[in-house]
Amino acid sequence: MKRLTRWFSKNLIRIYAGLAFIYLFIPVLYTFIYSFNDSGKTNLIWKGFTFEKWSNPCGAPDICSALGNSFLIGFTSTFVSTVLGTLIAFALGRYKFRGRSTTNLLIFLPMATPEIVLGASLLTMFINFGFNTSLLTAIIAHVMFCISFVVVTVKARIASLDPRLEQAAMDLYANEWQTFRRVTFPLVLPGVAAAALLAFSLSFDDFIITNFTAGTVNTFPKFVYVAAGRGIPAQANVIGSAMFIIAVTVVILGQVLGNKRKSKVS
Amino acid sequence: MAVISRPSGKVFALKDNKSLFPYLLLAPGLLWLFMFFILPIANLAQMSTKTNSGETGQFEQTYRFANFFDSFMDASGQFARSFLYATLATLIALAIAYPLAYAIAFKSGKWKNVLLVLVIAPFFVSFLLRTIAWKQILGEEGPVTAILRTLHIISPQTTLTSSAFAVVTGLAYNFLPFMTLPIYASLERIDPRTLEASGDLYANGFTTFRKVTLPLSMPGVVAGTLLTFIPAAGDYINANILGNPNTKMLGNVIEARFFKIVDYPTAAALSFTLMAAILILVTFYIRKAGTEELV
Repeated sequence: MKRLTRWFSKNLIRIYAGLAFIYLFIPVLYTFIYSFNDSGKTNLIWKGFTFEKWSNPCGAPDICSALGNSFLIGFTSTFVSTVLGTLIAFALGRYKFRGRSTTNLLIFLPMATPEIVLGASLLTMFINFGFNTSLLTAIIAHVMFCISFVVVTVKARIASLDPRLEQAAMDLYANEWQTFRRVTFPLVLPGVAAAALLAFSLSFDDFIITNFTAGTVNTFPKFVYVAAGRGIPAQANVIGSAMFIIAVTVVILGQVLGNKRKSKVS
Repeated sequence: MAVISRPSGKVFALKDNKSLFPYLLLAPGLLWLFMFFILPIANLAQMSTKTNSGETGQFEQTYRFANFFDSFMDASGQFARSFLYATLATLIALAIAYPLAYAIAFKSGKWKNVLLVLVIAPFFVSFLLRTIAWKQILGEEGPVTAILRTLHIISPQTTLTSSAFAVVTGLAYNFLPFMTLPIYASLERIDPRTLEASGDLYANGFTTFRKVTLPLSMPGVVAGTLLTFIPAAGDYINANILGNPNTKMLGNVIEARFFKIVDYPTAAALSFTLMAAILILVTFYIRKAGTEELV
């Protein structure tokens, strides 16, 4: 009994963390389980097990075109925001210049503004300028709110670099450009990859800003939200679960490959 | 995602470059933020003092600043509720996230990176789907209600969905990763030698935590609470899916005025009031918590 109590108090924090993970994953598990539900139009009550929805994920009307739009918006805005944000991060992380604190403030403000205000202000501007909301305006909006997150992520990576590595490259007669290309950039790349992943997941999952800026263009979150009123087809659960499985597999594979390469180098 | 930059390291690698090069790096991104963040906010400000000219969707500039006051009085209940729910959700998320981040940073060994991925992994299942899943989990047919009823914790008539409880649970759940990651980042940066030093000076585990670990992790706590509180205060999805008409938040009002009533001026005024309230709170909070390095 005493040993049990001691084990318990020693591992209390681990048990707590385990419970927190259960809390995080219960809805994910629910979404996954109900993707096998042999349901009709609504997917609220368990009716029996079927693979049918997994074999026909596009079976619900409009779901796959909405998903396609989400991917298009996600990839485009990830690419643009990662490039723009990484450039800013390098300027902030590597140079002294006038207007630094203003720049920092301009990066911070979009993150400190609720999404509904961002969406409402963009829509107001598009209306004022007589600009029709479409796929393009949605991409513009997504790039805007992703930039700050990219800057913050890449900047943290730049700040954590050991400056001695670059000094060593310079000592070995590499010029500034060679140092950047052969030393600095490869070291910062994992940060850029993490930023891109973050930008994509923020964009892909965004509903509020998209609802204000995409006009009649449907995206996957918009599809789910509209469908929520009259019952969500189980195909939405299939797509959500599949995205989850793909993303986790890709990230863990990347991790394993990265570890292998690291152990080869050392 | 570390929101706080490392205080060391930064100081000695900066190049004092008098050329225009850093500005070239900044230009495209800052131009984008200017055109699609600053300019829209200016448009929103301009819209907020207009009045309806009779026809739906047509507005005239009349510099009617009373829009701010009127809309605030109309929605003061939802306003207060937004801040109350967001505060509760932030506190719940903090209580769950801090030990979680602590366990990942100090107790997970080689599993650290996998666990970090797991923290953000739920993002990949659309948050709408997860919120709807909560509705099922807390619903009449769901396990939570059944368990609580058998244990006689709630009466057979009590329902968990369509309630303030469900909305706050949903908010705390949705923004949990935004709380966990900054706290983890600041815990992970703590030099283990400072903890050893504390032990060498005869501090017990709890004292070390209280006097060393917790103060050093404050920047992460500040960043995490902001990243949770701000989106939670502006959210309307959780209130829509998990709430009832009496749990509507300010976001619901703004959304309805934009899309259903097509009253852009008061929607704009309300958006502005929300943003101003949040910025004032954030400024005070950062001052109080004593961290300037937020970005």
